[in-house]
Amino acid sequence: MEKFNTHTGLVVPFDIANVDTDQIIPKQFLQKTERVGFGKHLFHDSRYLDHSGKEPNPDFILNKAQYKGASILLARENFGCGSSREHAPWALEEYGFKVIISPSFADIFYGNCINIGLLPIQLNNDEIDQLFAQANKEELKVEVNLTNNTISFAETCFSFKLDNFHKYCLEEGIDSVGWTLNKIKTIEAFEAKMPNWQ
Amino acid sequence: MSVANSPTAQSSPLTMYEKLWQNHLVENNEGETPLLYVDRHLIHEVTSPQAFANLRFHKRPVRHPERTIATMDHNISTRSIKIDAAGEGAANQLRALEKNCKDFGIQLFGMGHKNQGIAHVMGPELGLTLPGTIIVCGDSHTATHGAFGALAFGIGTSEVEHVFATQTLRQTKAKTMKIEVKGNVGTGISAKDIILAIIGKTGSAGATGYVVEYCGEAIEALSMEERMTVCNMSIEFGAKAGLIAPDQTTFDYVEGKEYAPKDELFAQAVSDWKQLKSDESATFDTVLTLEAKDIKAQVTWGTNPGQVTSVDGIVPSPEDFDDAMEKESCMNALSYMGLTAGTKITDIHVNKVFIGSCTNSRIEDLRAAANVVRGFTATNQSVQSAVDAIVVPGSYRVKEQAEKEGLDQIFIDAGFEWRLPGCSMCLGMNDDVLKEGDRCASTSNRNFEGRQGRGSQTHLVSPEMAAAAAITGHFVDLNAKV
Repeated sequence: MEKFNTHTGLVVPFDIANVDTDQIIPKQFLQKTERVGFGKHLFHDSRYLDHSGKEPNPDFILNKAQYKGASILLARENFGCGSSREHAPWALEEYGFKVIISPSFADIFYGNCINIGLLPIQLNNDEIDQLFAQANKEELKVEVNLTNNTISFAETCFSFKLDNFHKYCLEEGIDSVGWTLNKIKTIEAFEAKMPNWQ
Repeated sequence: MSVANSPTAQSSPLTMYEKLWQNHLVENNEGETPLLYVDRHLIHEVTSPQAFANLRFHKRPVRHPERTIATMDHNISTRSIKIDAAGEGAANQLRALEKNCKDFGIQLFGMGHKNQGIAHVMGPELGLTLPGTIIVCGDSHTATHGAFGALAFGIGTSEVEHVFATQTLRQTKAKTMKIEVKGNVGTGISAKDIILAIIGKTGSAGATGYVVEYCGEAIEALSMEERMTVCNMSIEFGAKAGLIAPDQTTFDYVEGKEYAPKDELFAQAVSDWKQLKSDESATFDTVLTLEAKDIKAQVTWGTNPGQVTSVDGIVPSPEDFDDAMEKESCMNALSYMGLTAGTKITDIHVNKVFIGSCTNSRIEDLRAAANVVRGFTATNQSVQSAVDAIVVPGSYRVKEQAEKEGLDQIFIDAGFEWRLPGCSMCLGMNDDVLKEGDRCASTSNRNFEGRQGRGSQTHLVSPEMAAAAAITGHFVDLNAKV
């Protein structure tokens, strides 16, 4: 996993609530056995007019010229609900997103993002509304600083909360499996005490 | 639980979730996310290949292959047991699962195996699902197993890899919510109606960040299969997991199952399982109460499971909602669903019917649906010519039992297609996909835009409602009929 410290990027205001992982990456693209090749299918059904993904939908926000190269997705509530497919954060990451900002995330999706180094930032509704207003008015670039837990643009600065261990893993690019494998003695001790039926 | 792992002489009363948590807490170090032990890991073809690839890359073994069970369910054909029948992409994934299971020593219930089935149907019916355990699977409907008093939840592929290598997971503790359904439901009200009514009340994100415990007379009265239907849809209102306290109904169901503990071990297990229920005075972060008698047969009208109403109701108008976001969400849903506010639910016509999925494909579901079909065939009514209706049993065991009871023939005689087990049209990863503009009465769990096929319209209902819709071509208030 790549280390995450600071990131400055273009914000795309994705003004839809309850975006589920079926929308983020539809099922027909889940048949790969590799970890790559999902970015081009991100938001397929809304992004393309045709089934084969050759005709971009000009009305879809990611297809608009001013959002080309956007790396920060500004979302509405309950982002990433539904299916546990990690293919959804994989697709977002491969498309070029580094950060997703939302008033609330679905639990499994949130964990999946942390695990792949895509930073999910939760802000309150007022802060989210301010960001939407700004991004809808003009090009908005924000700086995300993980060390300080802040998002800033112009004179504005918002703080966000992040679990300390999640933060540590993101900052150091920790291989979480390797980390836990260092604790194997503790796991063995736990197993030795488990009831026989379990 | 053994003395060593049990919550010691209680200082404060605990909820069932807190007990399960304590019993599985391997390590809780300052500055680290708590580490929990995983008793059972169910895997399938879609969310496991990249996890296996990473194990190979790091030259790591599966720590406890015997705690992992694999099945093929998500993208298999329901017309043929041939691995190639569901297309090249699916076949690649299925073959990769075969190879991975062989290389890492994991038991696989592959195509045509007598134990093959949807993970959440197969686990319980084989006794792989036990109370007091933590069960995970790379599938959000893993919450199903919570019906046994197991802490069960869906995980992503990185977590699948973590469980493979360590048999543990790092988890942040969830908040607790108690949902009590008081009294008894009326005649003809199914477990699906109960859970849809609950989601209608909470909204589709009402339990995000929570583990939900369902209780009350109406829940206790449910069979194990009905409890699975309830817990299955916990994720549809955002809950990490759903739980129901194990009781005699649970123990009777588990006893004698192939993989369940036997004899003295079973007795020991039951005595441990009896300790799991929430303590009398345990406190929950949130409590929600419903009166069972108020629950009517449910039909979703929108594009998330919270957009639901009773069959005797009407399609709502955006004006019915105060919240700006819900207003807009209703407007978008009506547009996608091609529905007009004020339309009676019973006036909505469908051209597709799907009876199946990990929510509603067990033997009791098929019996309930067949029973409705029988009522119609008695008056010479069969599936409408404009309707394509399929019945997809949840596992080979369910299929075999249904055929033994002659349910398959009831469906076939009435004009339904009787298919092979699999996830099928619930998510349409195989060729059981709806076309643009198709409107489907579906016993599955998600009515998201495009879920069953791009541009298709899904109404979530009970097996009884789906069966009646196949024959009449529209939703029917079966209770009003009698």
